[in-house]
Amino acid sequence: MAYALQQLINGISLGMIYGLIAVGYTMVYGIIGMINFAHGDIFMVGAFVALVAILMLMSGDLMHGPAAILLVLVISMGFTALYGWTVERIAYRPLRGSFRLAPLISAIGMSIVLQNFVQVSQGARVKPLEPQLVGGIELMRDGNFVVQLSYMQILIIVSTLTVLTVFTWLVTRTALGRAMRACEQDRKMASLIGINTDRTISLAFVIGAALAAVAGTLYLLRYGIADFFMGFIVGVKAFTAAVLGGIGSLPGAVLGGLLIGLIETFWSAYFSVQYKDVAAFGILVLALVFLPTGLLGRQEVEKV
Amino acid sequence: MTAPAAVPALGITARLRAALVDASKATVVAFGLFFIMVGLRTDVSPTGALFLRTRWLDVALLCAAVFVSRLALALWLGRRKPEVGPAWQAAALSRAGLLFGPALLALALILPFVPGIGRYELDLGILVLTYVMLGWGLNIVVGLAGLLDLGYVAFYAVGAYAYALLAQYFGLSFWICLPLAGILAAFWGVLLGFPVLRLRGDYLAIVTLAFGEIIRIVLLNWVELTGGPNGISGIPRPTFFGLPFSMSGGPQTFAGFFGLEPSPSHRVIFLYYLILALALLTNWVAIRIRRQPIGRAWEALREDEIACRALGINITNTKLTAFALGAMFAGFAGAFFATRQAFISPESFTFIESAIILAIVVLGGLGSQIGIAVAAIVMIGGFELFRDLDEYRMLVFGAAMVVIMVLRPRGLVGSRAPSVLLGEQRRIDARFVGEGRG
Repeated sequence: MAYALQQLINGISLGMIYGLIAVGYTMVYGIIGMINFAHGDIFMVGAFVALVAILMLMSGDLMHGPAAILLVLVISMGFTALYGWTVERIAYRPLRGSFRLAPLISAIGMSIVLQNFVQVSQGARVKPLEPQLVGGIELMRDGNFVVQLSYMQILIIVSTLTVLTVFTWLVTRTALGRAMRACEQDRKMASLIGINTDRTISLAFVIGAALAAVAGTLYLLRYGIADFFMGFIVGVKAFTAAVLGGIGSLPGAVLGGLLIGLIETFWSAYFSVQYKDVAAFGILVLALVFLPTGLLGRQEVEKV
Repeated sequence: MTAPAAVPALGITARLRAALVDASKATVVAFGLFFIMVGLRTDVSPTGALFLRTRWLDVALLCAAVFVSRLALALWLGRRKPEVGPAWQAAALSRAGLLFGPALLALALILPFVPGIGRYELDLGILVLTYVMLGWGLNIVVGLAGLLDLGYVAFYAVGAYAYALLAQYFGLSFWICLPLAGILAAFWGVLLGFPVLRLRGDYLAIVTLAFGEIIRIVLLNWVELTGGPNGISGIPRPTFFGLPFSMSGGPQTFAGFFGLEPSPSHRVIFLYYLILALALLTNWVAIRIRRQPIGRAWEALREDEIACRALGINITNTKLTAFALGAMFAGFAGAFFATRQAFISPESFTFIESAIILAIVVLGGLGSQIGIAVAAIVMIGGFELFRDLDEYRMLVFGAAMVVIMVLRPRGLVGSRAPSVLLGEQRRIDARFVGEGRG
């Protein structure tokens, strides 16, 4: 029981990270109908920017307290957002209105570019980062087993909820959010009523990248490692989360992320760690085959 | 930093000013991009702690490069004249294509005997031909049937492991295993094709990617059968219809039987012709089957699934045969790969391989056989040119994928000729065909 509770806590904190990345996938898919294949690598870039920022703060002996972590988050969000914007500008915008496979191929190319750019510039070795936030709150004790809600997990949950609240406000209450939803429904019509669709799409990439940067920073702090290839698997899992929740649906992405995080954690805890990725991919296949609209997605009709 | 529109009335100073402003903006963005990721490198010290190393000079050089190239691009774009209509271009291209194919084939046939072609060049030729074959195989699935498959390498892996395991456990020879590997891969193609019958487009891509990864992870973790990450070594090399390539020169070896001087290059030449034959078989089947009812059904499916169904075409069979046939050729290629390397491990079957094969198919122009061959030569051969710059190779490869997509979204050989025509033949440039509907 205590073990299961601990896994539940671990699963939720992991799922929150997936949810943050999944929002980026689902937002871009909703607006321009393409899988942003490089999004997982944007997450990886976010983790690396955070790593550099942490090391900079550490060299000035400033890496203490919540203010430092907040600063790292802001730096990571800012610089990663710039990457998101550039990727869209270089690889996707010129292909708008091109045939269906072109942006996908270009996205795969961009993913390769980002991975190898980071490999060249930051080295291929795995970067170990010592834990920055240790300790936690003891929730329950069962014999020798202690159920702990670590400060790190509290940080993940609090910052994810904060970021998602701001994001929800942005989408539902602001002019930008309205423009984004309009583009999602009908891009041509939106541009006819005076919405700058190119700018809106750019901003969707910027916001998605900033959310992925938050996820990357939290992932780095939680697991203490960063390498240039980490974006691929996490990216596919986050995409699975987006599909499971119903692609195009923002609350669905978070829900899907939580489910994937929980399933992966419980699978590793009770079955086998080696096959945990198989579990995630298997769910992706099952979700798409039996539940193609996802949990909260809309049914799509193809007009002839 | 929007690209300046081609307004001819703009004066030279105004244009220069606009270009300078544009280049400055791009440089600011570049500085933001490179400042952290290039300027501050994280290194692991011998004690295991991380430390930062600054490289401001590199950042300055990169920013300068961005400024100069953006400026040049802006000035060049500003004076670009409207293009001449593409009609004559397409005609010239097709005429050149008619001669180009046979010339390429002739060159491929005599390549081992061209003076100056050594062991290294032949090995490169074998590698390129393997990718040509994989490209042609994937083209059946993606180019003809329009099913985007990102897990194609899984069938390649099935073929390779099928041969390796059959040879290891049952001692079967390459020539028996080759068809078996193809059949097994085709079987897996059908098996994986079933659940994804209802999916289309991007969803299909991501599910096939997931299947590819699942197969790789299983190969990696099923240590008792596949050797896990250590792979399988000592896979038997192919024989010349029972005559082994051996240096002993005995009567039961290839060299002894034909009275030749034993040489290690015999096997390389044999492998070269083997993969050439397999690739040509793939090509021949693809071209022939395109004119069969099933090939027509694939192309109809690619153009419009709903219309296809309305015409009474059995979607299930059409999709499954495409998957199975594509997978079968990947299986052949996999068996060849296993016998050539004599060693396989899951390392060789990562997602990046699928991406490379797909890139070859798409860059070659979907559905164009000769385009795929050219794309494979350019990509894999170009890849080899950058071997000295090992770290930068994949970077250049990815960038090439993006650049070619941006400049020529329809691939290097862009115009796609319909395989059936009513009456007079008309060529439509791919540029006018949106979404594959023309």
